[in-house]
Amino acid sequence: MTDARTEEFIARVQDGGQVEATDWMPDDYRAKLLKFIEMHGNSELMGVLPEREWILKAPTLQRKLALTAKVQDEVGHSQLIYRVAEDLGKPREEMLADLISGKSKFHNVFHYPTETWGDVGVIAWLVDAAAIISQKALLKCSYAPYARIMKKICWEESFHILHGRDVILAMMTGTDEQRELVQDALNRWWPPLMQFHGNPIPRDEDPMWFWRIKSQGNEEARQQFLEGYVPQIWELGLTVPDPKLRRGDDGVWEYTEPDWDELKAVVTGHGPRSQERLEFRRRFLDQEKWVREAVLAA
Amino acid sequence: MQALSSKTELLLDYADDELIVGWRDSEWTGVAPTLEEDVAFSSIAQNEIGHARALYELAARELGSDPDALAFDRQPGEYRCAPLVQLHLLDWAHTIARRWLYEQADAVRLEALQAGGDGELAQLAAKIDREEVYHRMHAEMWAERLKDEPRFREAVDELWPYALGVLPPDLRPALAARTGRPLETSQGLTDRGENLAALTELWNEMTEVRRSIPGAEW
Amino acid sequence: MIYEVFRQERKGQPFAHAGSVEAPDAAFADAWAREQFGRRGESEGLWLVPRPAIHEITDWADEFDLKYRRVDGYSIKARLREARERAGTLVED
Repeated sequence: MTDARTEEFIARVQDGGQVEATDWMPDDYRAKLLKFIEMHGNSELMGVLPEREWILKAPTLQRKLALTAKVQDEVGHSQLIYRVAEDLGKPREEMLADLISGKSKFHNVFHYPTETWGDVGVIAWLVDAAAIISQKALLKCSYAPYARIMKKICWEESFHILHGRDVILAMMTGTDEQRELVQDALNRWWPPLMQFHGNPIPRDEDPMWFWRIKSQGNEEARQQFLEGYVPQIWELGLTVPDPKLRRGDDGVWEYTEPDWDELKAVVTGHGPRSQERLEFRRRFLDQEKWVREAVLAA
Repeated sequence: MQALSSKTELLLDYADDELIVGWRDSEWTGVAPTLEEDVAFSSIAQNEIGHARALYELAARELGSDPDALAFDRQPGEYRCAPLVQLHLLDWAHTIARRWLYEQADAVRLEALQAGGDGELAQLAAKIDREEVYHRMHAEMWAERLKDEPRFREAVDELWPYALGVLPPDLRPALAARTGRPLETSQGLTDRGENLAALTELWNEMTEVRRSIPGAEW
Repeated sequence: MIYEVFRQERKGQPFAHAGSVEAPDAAFADAWAREQFGRRGESEGLWLVPRPAIHEITDWADEFDLKYRRVDGYSIKARLREARERAGTLVED
């Protein structure tokens, strides 16, 4: 049972209309939007941690610079995204507290360990690729301030994928040991990658579609990822650890059904590195609280 | 280790300083006190690595080497960086104190290089200095904001003897004048020469991947 | 304090809103905005404006349809045709 104002709002966004920060919006829209954006901000921030340790171990000056710049971009993205969420009414300190306490979530891929330099390449090449597919779809988000920052985010992500591919190619044209590092990393990252876009939800049951926050369904995003990147993987002589993976004659990719229970467990904080990384964040947030107080108390 | 010309010694002193302080500063990527500061601080770290690379490039000519080999393939005892940059200081007060002191010392060093007789060094120093302008602005901004914060003041006092050690003796008075701090201290000063255990720890981490497959291209 | 950031991509282009930074004063806003919105040399220039200084207008009154001030307020097709007919200069397509 919705009132006329809400009906008009729904019609407007479903017709491609845009919403600004100072516009009236239904409570449900605001709540769903905020939760979505907050999770995105959390993910960029947590995504920094698995990669950060490899900045310190980067094997050449060029790679160190490139990886530092990539991680810097992720931090920058979280700044842009959190600012949008703050303008929707939730203070940053509260969002950081909810992240640490586990009240809010971050994407599955950032709950897993990075074991080798091979992971560094696979993450920049394939995890970022999976993310950019979702992010490109968000360029059409009904909430304009969010859609606008996605432009800068997508532009910067394009460097990351190129960097990732360069790292991978250097190893694939290197020693046998280096090629093994890549294959091993791919084997470990494939299951989380397949879960990344989420379980398929029919359009008419998806509130993200209803409010035009997302313009693309989960399965659509996954298919786009497979279509774009499996050929790139195979052309390097790498194998994907899924015997069922194949492209049907109708262009639809078939694959082993991902473990959706695992996805749920991971994003609710039970991933292999979930608690360790949250604890690492908490340590620094607590340690530097005095700095924020000194600096942000204007 | 072959005998180095005094120019190459100077280049390696400086390059090693920039590499190690850049490595230390890059540790803050992702965990700085605010997101905005995180982004800005990371740029500083990247600039420093960039400076190190340019300095290594010059040194590499005399040594028949290349920047990556100089940066990664020497033993911890062979690095010529000042102890100030070797210290592991993963708290903000000490990090900013080091930033500020290092920028002060670096300003003196760059001034001397630009006024010096070596055209090549002067030119590179001028280039570095154009980026350092922003590092100095950033350090001053923080020093101003934290000037009444005991943690910061204590950190600066603690690190001052190390800061003096960044410069050769003839340039130390200029540093003392710039910062309004004493040339003589009760703790003496910590000069280049004997590298700290902290540097060996850093080196182990910094070279881990590189050493894992010697000679590989990455 | 929130500082709104306006960005000019190339000389001659307008400054467009690019985002915002939270900073205690202009010095911090400068140091932080220049890296967040310009580290790749992607901006010709930035304007930083404290949010309270921005006065937003999004409400308008046009009760009496003052279309004469706009291009869509004119429909000259019919009259132009008639004028050409009179002058003998009408060319049928």
